[in-house]
Amino acid sequence: MDLIHIIYGLSFIVFGPLIGGIIAGLDRKMTARMQGRVGPPVLQPFYDIIKLFSKEKIAVIYSESFWVLAYLIFIVITGMLFFAGGDLLLVIFALTLAHVFLILGAFASSSPYAHIGAERELIQLMAIEPMVILTAVGMYQVTGSFFVTDILSHAGLLVLVLPGVFVGFVYVLTFKLRKSPFDLATSHHAHQELVKGLTTEFSGPTLGMYELAHLYEIVMLLGFVYIFFGMVPAIGILAVIIVYFLEIFIDNATTRITWQPALISAWIVTLVFGGLNLVALYLL
Amino acid sequence: MSCLQKSPWIIHYDASSCNGCDIEVLACLTPLYDIERFGIINTGNPKHADIFVITGGVNEQNKVVVKNIYDQMPEPKVVVAVGICAASGGVFRECYNISGGVNTVIPVDVYVPGCAARPESIIDGIVTALSILEEKRIAMKKRQIGAVQ
Amino acid sequence: MELLLLFLIFFPLLVAVLLLGVRSERITEIIVTAGALLIGIGTVYLLIATIGMGAVFFATDTALVNLILLILEIGITLFILYLCIRYQQRLVALLTCIQIAIIIIAETGIVGSDHATTSGLGLFFDEFSVIMALIIGIIGSLICVYSIGYMRDYHAHHPDIPDRRPVFNFLLFLFLSSMFGLVFSNNLLWLFFFWEVTTLCSFLLIGYSRTPEATRNAFFALLLNLVGGIAFAGAILYILSAAPSGDYLELSTLTAVGPDLVLFALVPAGLISFAGLTKAAQMPFSSWLVGAMVAPTPVSALLHSSTMVKAGVYVIVRFAPVLEGQFIGMLIALVGGVTFLLASCIAITQSNAKKLLAYSTIANLGLVVACAGVGTTEAIWAAILLIIFHAVAKSLLFLCTGTVEHRIGSRDIEDMSGLFVTMPKVATMMLIGMAGMFLAPFGMLISKWATLRAFVDASPPLGIILVLLLAFGSGVTVFFWTKWMGKLIGYQEEKTPVETGVNRSEWTALYLLTGFVALVAFCFPVISSGLLESYLMNVHHATAASLNHLLFYDDLIIILLMLSLIVVMPLSLYFFRHTWKKSYKKVPRYVCGRPVVSPHSFTGSMSVKQELFLGNYYLEQIFGEVKMIRIGDLTTIALIAILFAAVIGVVF
Repeated sequence: MDLIHIIYGLSFIVFGPLIGGIIAGLDRKMTARMQGRVGPPVLQPFYDIIKLFSKEKIAVIYSESFWVLAYLIFIVITGMLFFAGGDLLLVIFALTLAHVFLILGAFASSSPYAHIGAERELIQLMAIEPMVILTAVGMYQVTGSFFVTDILSHAGLLVLVLPGVFVGFVYVLTFKLRKSPFDLATSHHAHQELVKGLTTEFSGPTLGMYELAHLYEIVMLLGFVYIFFGMVPAIGILAVIIVYFLEIFIDNATTRITWQPALISAWIVTLVFGGLNLVALYLL
Repeated sequence: MSCLQKSPWIIHYDASSCNGCDIEVLACLTPLYDIERFGIINTGNPKHADIFVITGGVNEQNKVVVKNIYDQMPEPKVVVAVGICAASGGVFRECYNISGGVNTVIPVDVYVPGCAARPESIIDGIVTALSILEEKRIAMKKRQIGAVQ
Repeated sequence: MELLLLFLIFFPLLVAVLLLGVRSERITEIIVTAGALLIGIGTVYLLIATIGMGAVFFATDTALVNLILLILEIGITLFILYLCIRYQQRLVALLTCIQIAIIIIAETGIVGSDHATTSGLGLFFDEFSVIMALIIGIIGSLICVYSIGYMRDYHAHHPDIPDRRPVFNFLLFLFLSSMFGLVFSNNLLWLFFFWEVTTLCSFLLIGYSRTPEATRNAFFALLLNLVGGIAFAGAILYILSAAPSGDYLELSTLTAVGPDLVLFALVPAGLISFAGLTKAAQMPFSSWLVGAMVAPTPVSALLHSSTMVKAGVYVIVRFAPVLEGQFIGMLIALVGGVTFLLASCIAITQSNAKKLLAYSTIANLGLVVACAGVGTTEAIWAAILLIIFHAVAKSLLFLCTGTVEHRIGSRDIEDMSGLFVTMPKVATMMLIGMAGMFLAPFGMLISKWATLRAFVDASPPLGIILVLLLAFGSGVTVFFWTKWMGKLIGYQEEKTPVETGVNRSEWTALYLLTGFVALVAFCFPVISSGLLESYLMNVHHATAASLNHLLFYDDLIIILLMLSLIVVMPLSLYFFRHTWKKSYKKVPRYVCGRPVVSPHSFTGSMSVKQELFLGNYYLEQIFGEVKMIRIGDLTTIALIAILFAAVIGVVF
């Protein structure tokens, strides 16, 4: 890994939340407009997070904040790894690790809502993991490498040879971005579920860390979408915008479903779109 | 305006209200009044909230609940009592089952009178609460710095 | 060096016989600890002395040894027949007679002219044997040490079970001895003999408590293992009838055949791999392992997770050079892959900790089998790493579960809530063990990562199916491990610590094993370059380029960084916990504002006390055990039927 890539990785630490915050703010603005409202200012996510850090530190059990801190640290590491052009498989597994920390943070408080939120988050994790792995495998099959640097420098628009994988990935992206119909474990502000599900017992700075990590995660996931179109940066950015707009639209147009159809539909989509795409790659 | 004033999250609790004031509170969240443009979000969770919007009078059943929710909110926090029942028990003040307004259990910062209180008054009340919130935040910070020294 | 190998095989046997005659607890403890220590030192010395040596063979008087082993096997068979008659197990009796008949036919040369008169290279070691020996010698000995304290508590808790601890200890060390023999045997007849001895030990140990349930499960395990044993014997018969000189009875020769003899070698490869499948409890033979969990925990840890079942995958990995790129290899890999996915799914529905660990073991062994079936350099690298990491982490988990069971009186996960408060040290070790099983960047994750890459590179369409099986199974494993971890760290006030009663021998084993989980995770690059690479070069003819492809430098740095972070973070929590704790104001849980009275209840409406119980999701409807086993058994039976058809096709 050469210096320029390390710099990219490190700059993620600073620019990640900035870009993520603006994306989240635009998200809320657009959602509001779709609902015929004015909506909060675009910089609202930043106000939210800064406010959270200024609150009193309370907790059911103090170790909650440890787990959430671990979650934040590992999300940052995952993102750094990704933007530094590292091994996609390691990125995926580190992402799983980060989410496990978050789930443990929810379990630590032994509160009913957090507990069920944690269980649902685990089901979500189980639902998306196959597709994410297949994404990495698909890219490896086409470009011959798991490293993001090599994938980006591949000549040819990946999405043209990996359409099924792309569709499947966008499907599970809905889970990851906590958008309806798959916002089972916890959800964005206006949609309550299980009170606040996973994050019910988090408060103040702990919650602030969680929100911050979510901003990092948004940027990283959109980065994943970008590398499908990596060859032409302009198309990549356009694709990211279109996909995110689509997610917002689906969020507003659908209601939450229960975990059984969420899990099963995710797996079927993975098998059909992802699996068939990979098989097609072998045959062609 | 500090970030706390730009992002106040509320928890709304119906003590023993007839739901009249609650409907008006929820009306504030609708596109017509849209308090989200102030950054206000209705979280259902006291641990996430800054402003405790409470309607209805207090009786023996919900005394503990009101206290519990108030205790689970992190500082700085304010309480906005919406409607005359939350302020003093309202029409039901003399009833055998009502202890009185919310201030019998927790300290109230803003009273929004009305039966039912209108959305405009409620928004006005919350905006007033914002400046009280800011005062409390500054006081809390001073205490923290003082404690360190 | 030959002396060292013989020491490792015969010294545990000596200890076993000694232990048979000792009734005093004190003396037993001394002998077991000393024996374990010497065996452990012996294996470490073996590692150090043989680094870089590659495969080394020793000439032996094969004919004499064959004769002795044959007599011993007939003895074992008679003993099993006696027990079958006593417990009226007709099917087992039939199978064991068939097995010994095949062996006698093979050995006495009824089929062909006299053979095995020449002295052959029966004894050997190579890097893989040394790795297996380390697992047996270090983990195995630690488990024997652990069993001292455990069995004392076991008999205190179950006064109705006859105290046959001398026999128990005898069997444990006999088992160690036969496992050493297994991994140092180059002659298939000898391997088969040690294989049978391990089956016998497993059978007797499962039935240790002599309850009807234990007896039933013991005979069932024996039955399924005998099915594999017959296939193994059949393979030997085939080799001797096709090549009476006995040259191809030697593993090294058989697995190194050139393309002209591959078809010949595929028959024993297929049959012995099938035997490996039964021993490793792959579907459809998985039920014996789950039933074997009635045995005392050291048995489950030693035989049924870290060692004996590894013998099953050991032989498949040995035959991987023959299986690579072959249709039969593909079938075996698919059996392993299907088992991995379905066993992981079933593990979600289990709340009995030992059954969950059993299914997890079956799943991981399935992954190893899948890698062995694929047989490429990368796959074998992943397979051996999987074997190492799984042996260490799973034995730790079993031993912790056993200790916890004796303290809290239950092996149900739902009862382990808040274990972090009641048994902090053991809970921490369990967390480390579980992390070792599935979290990045611990060992198992590294193996899974390597496995994924190996599958992706494997020939189509097998590779894709295996990738799908691994991708789905991987998500499933995260579910049940994290769920259990969450149970352990749950917050419970007012619980008294119960850790004080744990025996020192148990602590020794637990601490050392935890250390090994961490050590092996940090040292895996050294293991890879020091042992695995030369093995892969010699046996699998790996090129330097493909070896470089195994582990990129960049990845390595990142993995080690993540590991360090994971070590630093909990330590900092531990050291700063008082300041951390004080800076947080304690608030009750949110139960809609209702006062929470205790961890298990809150005051509901009308001031009625309501019980509160947080259980885990077991997803019975989707992953129900019966349904999954039916799917698994049907699929794998079909695959194995095709396997046998292929084998028969090759023979004729």
